[in-house]
Amino acid sequence: MLLSLRKVTKHFPVQRGLWGRPTAFVKAVDMVSLEVGAGQIVGIVGESGCGKSTLGRCAVGLFEPTSGEVLWDNLEIRGLAASQKRAHQRKFQVVFQNPYASLNPRQKIKKILLEPLEVHGLLRPTERLEFVKGLLAQVGLTEEDLSKYPHEFSGGQRQRIGLARAMACQPDMIVLDEPVSSLDVSVQASVLNLLSRLNQEKGIAYLFISHDLQVVGYLSQRLLVMYLGAVVESGKTEEVLRTPRHPYTKALLAASQGRWVMIEGEPPNPAKAPWGCTFHPRCPFAEDRCRQEKQQLLGDDNAWKVACWKWDRL
Amino acid sequence: MIKRFFSHHPLMFWGGVIITLLVLCALTAQWIAPYDPIRQNLTQNLLPPSIHHWMGTDQYGRDVLSRLIYGSRVSLSVGLVAVSIYILIGTTVGSVAGYYGGWVDGALMRLVDILLCIPTFFLILMVIAFVGPSIINIMVIIGVTSWTDVARLVRGEVLALKEREFIQAARVIGMKDSRIILRHLLPNALGPVLVVATLGIGGAILVESSLSFLGLGVQPPTPSWGNMLEEGKDHLTDAWWLITFPGMAIFLTVLGYNLLGEGLRDLLDPRLRGSGRQ
Repeated sequence: MLLSLRKVTKHFPVQRGLWGRPTAFVKAVDMVSLEVGAGQIVGIVGESGCGKSTLGRCAVGLFEPTSGEVLWDNLEIRGLAASQKRAHQRKFQVVFQNPYASLNPRQKIKKILLEPLEVHGLLRPTERLEFVKGLLAQVGLTEEDLSKYPHEFSGGQRQRIGLARAMACQPDMIVLDEPVSSLDVSVQASVLNLLSRLNQEKGIAYLFISHDLQVVGYLSQRLLVMYLGAVVESGKTEEVLRTPRHPYTKALLAASQGRWVMIEGEPPNPAKAPWGCTFHPRCPFAEDRCRQEKQQLLGDDNAWKVACWKWDRL
Repeated sequence: MIKRFFSHHPLMFWGGVIITLLVLCALTAQWIAPYDPIRQNLTQNLLPPSIHHWMGTDQYGRDVLSRLIYGSRVSLSVGLVAVSIYILIGTTVGSVAGYYGGWVDGALMRLVDILLCIPTFFLILMVIAFVGPSIINIMVIIGVTSWTDVARLVRGEVLALKEREFIQAARVIGMKDSRIILRHLLPNALGPVLVVATLGIGGAILVESSLSFLGLGVQPPTPSWGNMLEEGKDHLTDAWWLITFPGMAIFLTVLGYNLLGEGLRDLLDPRLRGSGRQ
């Protein structure tokens, strides 16, 4: 398996005592497991603040999980020596949401794209420029753009440059953290098409993180729905979209199709997560049992899972 | 374009003019100074300003203008070297503290707090008393005692920058920390540092002048604006030109650097505008 997360949990301290010891935590990610195989596209969808970005950052090694394991090519990354980790790191890249903050404003595009090659000693120095030009062409930019600075580009173009930079590492997998959320709808489509093409031609796997069910549904083969740090439903994308089981997924789907939405309000403060099922304060079907009992993921590993005990009676 | 820029920043323009003139003086001292700055001529002492001696002569009959011109070399080099030293130290400490955080940050910032408790000028006086006064010593001592502000500034910049996504991306690409700090963090943090450096040169020149005035700086007969003031103080009432001209020189130079620094600040970082440090 290319990437495996096993019961990954990430806590952030939100309050510290007199001696600097954390006294309260936010459970940003709570016991999440997922796997991404070579060439696969796995989507993660959820509201802002549900921990999906934190999960993405754990997956590329930017955050060390509080507990649980992250495996690259079946190797636990905590156990890797620094040099080994750097070598594996190359294969797991990331593209961030905000195209205006994701490129160094003081470097020209040429430098931005050549740097990963230099850092990892990929290709012979004489071949690198040709390779970079090829990358630019793939993401729909031209050779003249090499001598420009990031501020000379639009948001969509910058997102393509960010993608080209990730591609320069010749990765096996890219974590796409809301890659199109800050773009216009028309530009979104072109970036999504580009992503789909790169997946098909190069066989690069994606962990596609978004709050937009439509966007994730368009690309991914498997889908995970997150709520307040935990997975509430997972399965094959088409199945989840056709027959959503969890009330939260149903609501997300209804919202994305512009239908009436049955949930109200904001997700609760993750530092004070509700007892029982974390979704019960907003769930129209909540009963006493939901308020008392923490929900487990039901179902079998390969098909689908849902964290609702009465999913079959909704 | 340059003309338009300066018309929007008139202060920076005048600061630039003052500093440029000063640099020219220092570079061409041996050609433009009308007399030898150290040769004494006791028959011509304490002459008021005249056609022959534009700024008069001192108690040993030396030409004040020539001494002033040569003195600019001391002021300029002390300012530049001292500030370079403390920018280097401050930037290193600040970026390491900001980037690594945790106990490294805690330890370095407590060190800064401790240094800030000690009155810098008296620390400098004390060290000079031990190692003896010389231009080199003064430069180094000002440099190693004045880096705390820069360290705090750079730390703050780095703290803000390291959460930015291009730094996160650099980590994911697999760059080493040293490369991330040197190539990605510092180039984006140096704008405010440049401002502080420019303002700091004026400060360093003042410290040098004060030390020389106390006799712990540049030693006679080498002229510096500070020791010219010191030698002139005995003739406050009968030879006003002995302290007026060096005083004016110090004032104008510090003013020049401050104007230039304020201008750079406005230019590089509108956020800092009018925060009135130093």
